[in-house]
Amino acid sequence: MNDLTSLTIAAVRGGLRRREFSAVELTNAYLSNMEGARILNAYIVETPDKAREMAKASDAKLAKGEGGALEGIPLGIKDLFATRGIHTQACSHILDGFKPEYESTVTSNLWRDGAVMLGKLNMDEFAMGSSNETSYYGNVINPWRRNNSNTALVPGGSSGGSASAVAAHICAAATATDTGGSIRQPAAFTGTVGIKPTYGRCSRWGVVAFASSLDQAGPLARDVRDAAIMLKSMASVDDKDTTSVDLPVPDYEKAIGKSIKGLRVGIPYEYKSDGMSPEIQVLWVRGAQWLKEQGAEIIEISLPHTRYALPAYYIVAPAEASSNLARYDGVRYGLRVPGSDIVEMYENSRAAGFGAEVQRRIMIGTYVLSAGYYDAYYVRAQKIRTLIKRDFDQAWSKVDVVLTPATPSPAFAPGEISDPVQMYLNDIFTVTVNMAGLPGIAVPAGLSEDGLPLGLQLIGKPFDEETLFQTAAAIEQVAGGYKAPKWW
Amino acid sequence: MSVDQATVRRVARLARIKVKEDSVERLAGELNSILHWIEQLNEVDVSGVEPLTSVVTVKMKMRKDEVTDGHNSKVAVSNAPAAEDDYFLVPKVIE
Repeated sequence: MNDLTSLTIAAVRGGLRRREFSAVELTNAYLSNMEGARILNAYIVETPDKAREMAKASDAKLAKGEGGALEGIPLGIKDLFATRGIHTQACSHILDGFKPEYESTVTSNLWRDGAVMLGKLNMDEFAMGSSNETSYYGNVINPWRRNNSNTALVPGGSSGGSASAVAAHICAAATATDTGGSIRQPAAFTGTVGIKPTYGRCSRWGVVAFASSLDQAGPLARDVRDAAIMLKSMASVDDKDTTSVDLPVPDYEKAIGKSIKGLRVGIPYEYKSDGMSPEIQVLWVRGAQWLKEQGAEIIEISLPHTRYALPAYYIVAPAEASSNLARYDGVRYGLRVPGSDIVEMYENSRAAGFGAEVQRRIMIGTYVLSAGYYDAYYVRAQKIRTLIKRDFDQAWSKVDVVLTPATPSPAFAPGEISDPVQMYLNDIFTVTVNMAGLPGIAVPAGLSEDGLPLGLQLIGKPFDEETLFQTAAAIEQVAGGYKAPKWW
Repeated sequence: MSVDQATVRRVARLARIKVKEDSVERLAGELNSILHWIEQLNEVDVSGVEPLTSVVTVKMKMRKDEVTDGHNSKVAVSNAPAAEDDYFLVPKVIE
């Protein structure tokens, strides 16, 4: 029955409704694949009992002709989402043993629609990283390898476990989050589709906070249609999150297959950096050509403040993180390391509980917010953010969607990038989207010379995820899908 | 602006992270290299630009000022490393 795991959500939901196979059979097929794929370290906790129980409940509903949009669909959940009574630690040691008494809004929405939980997925600690190397639970392995090579590669980050699990078919789709590129960069590294919706589209309630003005949840999926199905369920209007925007959630699937004739596609001049690798350059030009052949109009645009987005991000995000992560003090939950007084207990707990990258970012954030530096760093960065957003606001008078590469390179090996600033440059094409609060999707568009997946990114107007799905589907139709050859 | 070792110790104290004496020099180097890279922002003319406060222009949501939840002290302390009678336990703070 293991063939069931090769089916997309769109394919499997038909089979479930026609009772060609049961939700329990489907879940068991995934659970058995998960066992065989433990070398990838994508799951940090498997929840087989819970999964079978949920699948059984789905079968009961399906038998009566009932059931939600994701009835019986087995999903992996990033460890950043609070799941009631189940390990939730943002892959950090500081949340040692934490089992929340509540459920995040995004996962509540998925269970409401009938989805089945397979387990919690590995990630960079507190979503701070671009390679999944900062997780307390160890590296995640990318199912993809270079041609004729056995070298392990990173799946990207921070949603590395989600991307690896989706690419290896050990879940039908996964939840993920994106603060500077954490959905789109791993999608590009693993040949999967990932969308970061507009800020305010998915509730942040119950998602462990990293940088509150940038964090957004979104799905990682095998193709554009599955990503659309997932986002429809994940997105909602939520009174528990004051930044959740009061707009109805459209049926994103309807946008797929719509003609892109007459669509105006912007190519931002500033993304053409001198250092861009020839294969990324070729991928980008070819992507634009595919859209043109389907009737889109390609228009050169200018986003002059692009190059300042990443350094400004490394003020805003650490500043917000230093504030958000102040709550981990060894008192209310998680790890406590004793000290001679209460302050030393805080200091000892935080030194032992946070990894090196998280400590570095908390310290940068504390420094830029400290007395005398606030205006020079934080206020200046927020002004630059206004300029970045203004660049896009002006572009929308000329174009409907913007096309860029998703990442500057294909997946690399663990340990290959040790300099923090070099690692940060992974997000150079994705981070502007978070700074401006816009939606962005990464879609696989080709293979590198070494045989690794490469992705293109589409950026849309606020709350115009539909155009992203429509355009991404047009790219996917030509590019086709990408599946890592099974070696594990 | 350059971060010296005294600043690393001060920032670590503010951030309530115990830093080992032998890692102060390494941290100063790392923080300086990140801050040096960030300094390119000084090239940008930001005169007359308002700092961004919200990426999406929406009115702040208001709700009725009424109790919607509460009396969950057992739940609140359920994950505490040390608790007694629904209270969080901490080392003595008042002499």
